[in-house]
Amino acid sequence: MTNLAIYIIRRLLWMIPVLFFVIVITFGLMHLAPGGPWDREGRQLSPQVVNNLNVKYGLDKPLPQQFLTYIWGVVHFDFGDSLKSPGQHVSDRILQSWPYTFTLGAVAFILLVPIGIGLGVIAALRQNSLLDYTALGLATAAASTPNFVVGIFLIIVFALGMNKLTDGNFYFPTGGMPQPFNPFQVELIMPVITLAALPTAYIARLTRSSTLDTLRQDFVRTAWAKGLKSRLVVMRHVLKNSLIPVVTALGPTFAFLITGSFITETLFSIPGIGRAFVTSIAGRDYTMILGTTILFAVLIALVNLVVDVLYVFIDPRVRLTD
Amino acid sequence: MGQILLQVDDLHTQFFTSRGVVRAVDGVSLHIDAGETLGIVGESGCGKTITALSILRLVPDPGRITAGKIMFRGRDVTKFDDDEIRDFRGNDVAMIFQDPMTSLNPVTKVGFQIEEAMTAHNRFSASLARTRVVELLKRVRVPAAESRVKDYPHQFSGGMRQRAMIAMGLANEPSLLIADEPTTALDVTVQAQIIQLMKQLNRELGTAMMLITHNMALVASLCQRVVVMYAGRIVEEGPVEQIFKSPQHPYTWSLLRSVPRVDEARKDRLVSIHGLPPDLTNPPPGCKFHPRCPFVIDRCKIDEPGLSEVAANQVARCWVLMRNVKDEDVAAAKASALSLDAAKKLKAEAPPEVGTVAGG
Ligand SMILES: Nc1ncnc2c1ncn2[C@@H]1O[C@H](COP(=O)(O)OP(=O)(O)OP(=O)(O)O)[C@@H](O)[C@H]1O
Ligand code: SF4
Ligand SMILES: [Mg+2]
Repeated sequence: MTNLAIYIIRRLLWMIPVLFFVIVITFGLMHLAPGGPWDREGRQLSPQVVNNLNVKYGLDKPLPQQFLTYIWGVVHFDFGDSLKSPGQHVSDRILQSWPYTFTLGAVAFILLVPIGIGLGVIAALRQNSLLDYTALGLATAAASTPNFVVGIFLIIVFALGMNKLTDGNFYFPTGGMPQPFNPFQVELIMPVITLAALPTAYIARLTRSSTLDTLRQDFVRTAWAKGLKSRLVVMRHVLKNSLIPVVTALGPTFAFLITGSFITETLFSIPGIGRAFVTSIAGRDYTMILGTTILFAVLIALVNLVVDVLYVFIDPRVRLTD
Repeated sequence: MGQILLQVDDLHTQFFTSRGVVRAVDGVSLHIDAGETLGIVGESGCGKTITALSILRLVPDPGRITAGKIMFRGRDVTKFDDDEIRDFRGNDVAMIFQDPMTSLNPVTKVGFQIEEAMTAHNRFSASLARTRVVELLKRVRVPAAESRVKDYPHQFSGGMRQRAMIAMGLANEPSLLIADEPTTALDVTVQAQIIQLMKQLNRELGTAMMLITHNMALVASLCQRVVVMYAGRIVEEGPVEQIFKSPQHPYTWSLLRSVPRVDEARKDRLVSIHGLPPDLTNPPPGCKFHPRCPFVIDRCKIDEPGLSEVAANQVARCWVLMRNVKDEDVAAAKASALSLDAAKKLKAEAPPEVGTVAGG
């Protein structure tokens, strides 16, 4: 186990250079993009005001100096102030919005895992049955429908439609997410479905094809030839192997879900980080862009680390190297 | 001989593919006595594996047993219900598969996979099964068996895995062990060891064995009786010494002419009979071997011969039979057998410099 600890520490240390390059690239692209944080629609700020703002936020300095100042701040966990929300720290704004996104994403993930895997396994075990075709059809439909279509469809049917049908007595709310950390709010139902539909379909299809592949393997035939009960053949021999690639795919899926979806959050008025991120890019809120990017990079790196460590436990052939 | 253990009667197994119906096993009848070793030989694709899989009712999709009986101790395996077939597999009849590298579950400990073969049936208690795993591995000569049970398959060499498969096959002391090319995937020294081991197990435990192979030398060293298959059918059958001494079917005769030595066994897919076996969706009329047979007569192209007794305990499916072939025809066949295709193949497989010399 000490091996494992050393491995984890080394991977965590590796995140430092990775983050550094993420910052370099984001910083570069951000400043290459035309426009700046003080551009307005309609009447522009006077050059005097713009100049004062630039001085206040250090944007008048040469880029290399700005970069070093930023890095120095990051080393001290200071991500600066948001350019668009004066007086608010980037870290505060992230801490305000991310809990919404995280809760939404985590609930979606917790539902997605059993549903996606379950559908995939059942479809594979009953290959070419009606059940298989139904599951596959659903999955294909979900995988090829953009999530704003899913979201708008849900709103029309389950909010507007049901509101009308029941005279306003029973319908699903579309608006917001009152409590950031509560996973049991009715307000979550529709955004969760909107967010999870596509990745669930993806996991279901992956599980199905991986399970079909495994069912054809020689060692599964060996298991049948032993006279094992079919339940044991499936659990011990088929699934133990066929779910390995699924676990690998669940990592990025989880990262995708907890980093927020602009469309879902916008459709359902959720004050999450997906929306905040897109807004900050559009508004050239440099510090917010960088801060959010760093958060996403850290999340993705951590999720990948967790998956790699899990791998050691589910696949004995895998060794911790690197 | 002893009492009949397994009797396969007019077995037909077909694959229903988009190309048509593949008649992989086309009317095979054979039997194995208790404690006997039966060899099944024939070129690649002639239906050996599918015959064995049919006996265990493990024919993969889109294949199906379409006709025939498989009587085991007087009960018809084809009529077994789910529980009966489950109890039959691995318990009455166990099978060792062609490729030891892929036949073990990569993410489960070897010891557990063997133990599981026992706990699937009620012959041994759970605790006895656990101790028997080590005994079995010792019996098949896996060194350091006590610690090896906790290893995963990738920690085993090929030969070791095949030993583990044999241990698994023997776990429930089945009365019949089917070994499908148990040595082809292994290197030469290991092959010899595995053969030695199987010989000994058959002697010590009295387990009947059905050995499937391309390798005539292996049959000679392990089997009492041999069945020769061609294009899904049995073309000759009889006691090993007799078949080796006096094969009556031209196909058997050709196979024997190309006997590789055990130390060359890796090349044993190279059978020096020119031409290819027929397409099993559309076999030729008459004798299935006639397009390749050096002794073909007109009748062979129209009528298919039946299996008929050619000597005591020996049957063959041929209108002509080797004993009726003229000596000069045999000599001519010998001269041309290793002809064009085979020679080309040999050349392609030889190292380049040898090829140039031979080509000059
Ligand atoms: N899954 C399948 N689908 C269609 N046809 C199949 C399938 N499996 C086997 N066959 C056909 O059945 C025939 C017999 O195959 P089988 O595996 O029994 O050959 P074999 O004698 O064991 O050959 P080898 O020595 O190469 O193992 C082959 O000609 C093959 O084309
Ligand atoms: S029947 Fe005719 S073609 Fe067939 S093996 Fe005998 S001689 Fe050859
Ligand atoms: Mg085979």
